[in-house]
Amino acid sequence: MSARGPDRIGAPVTAAVITLLVLAAGTYALKAAGPLLLGRRSLSTVVERAAVLLPAALLAALVVTSTLTVGRHLVVDARFPALLVAAVLLWVRAPFVVVVLGAAATASAVRALL
Amino acid sequence: MQELSGTGTVVSVPLTDPARRSLLTRALSLAAAVAPFGLAFGVLASQAGLDPLVASGYSLLVFTGSAQFAAVAVLDDGGTVVAAVLAGLLLNLRCLAFGIVMAPAFPRSRAARALASQLMIDEAMAVGTATDDPRLRWFGYLAGGLGVFVTWNLATLAGAMLVPGTGTFVEDLGIDATIPAAFLALLWPRLSDPVQRRVAALGAAIALALAPVLPAGLPIIAAGAAVPLALKFARSADRQR
Repeated sequence: MSARGPDRIGAPVTAAVITLLVLAAGTYALKAAGPLLLGRRSLSTVVERAAVLLPAALLAALVVTSTLTVGRHLVVDARFPALLVAAVLLWVRAPFVVVVLGAAATASAVRALL
Repeated sequence: MQELSGTGTVVSVPLTDPARRSLLTRALSLAAAVAPFGLAFGVLASQAGLDPLVASGYSLLVFTGSAQFAAVAVLDDGGTVVAAVLAGLLLNLRCLAFGIVMAPAFPRSRAARALASQLMIDEAMAVGTATDDPRLRWFGYLAGGLGVFVTWNLATLAGAMLVPGTGTFVEDLGIDATIPAAFLALLWPRLSDPVQRRVAALGAAIALALAPVLPAGLPIIAAGAAVPLALKFARSADRQR
């Protein structure tokens, strides 16, 4: 497949390909439904509003789970101060690269010190 | 209106038109802004053990940043394919709303509508709705969508090839901490709206409460319940006023 040789972990890679194909098909259906089916009609405003609000709930959920969990355990480790630094950098309107590098540097420094 | 009149106008009217140039400037700055994020997705995919070809497949075929991150993060945590797909699709429900808003500005040709629909992402929507003129909307949509498509895919490939996924250097360099930071950066602009803030806070609380009891991915899907809860709360607050 690539110069990097066979897949390192067989099963998860297959899962990643299946996820890719199903997610791509489903996402395209969501993207194209309006332009191809609805034309100029519109869905109820409640549904539209819910669809616009949903990312905030899911992204917030992803922020906390990717910061505070390992498997099913809640843990506070170097990722937590890294997230706080990222929040401060976003607060002062730092560009995305700075936010991400700031988070990585914080986690790296905390791990080196503790 | 003739078929593809939108694209016809794009070609015939020079880019010196100030309205068009302003849309193009927005589109290019958004395209530049997503490059580091695409790079981060490539790194995450590589870290999760995905081949660069598969990582690129996500950016070409799924082509919605937050859903790509979510699906790969769920799989990387040991979540199932169903949980990963559902988490991604729930995030992408907003594309349905975008499509409804943008549809009237699309050309009549079904082929063009079908092809351009792949670009139905936040950035295309943002540039497309920056104007009320339907033909300019189509131009803005294409500029925003295509610009991001190019940089997003190049950046993904670069990120996936750049970083080998083995060794402890992921922790040593704090690369794992870039993922929550990236999600927070995506969430941040939404937090200026009080309803979005309430939805985000509820979503985070639900996910954190369920993380110890549910398999990876499901707490994120369950966090979607924050939307009806927050809307119900908003309605009862309105009634009291």
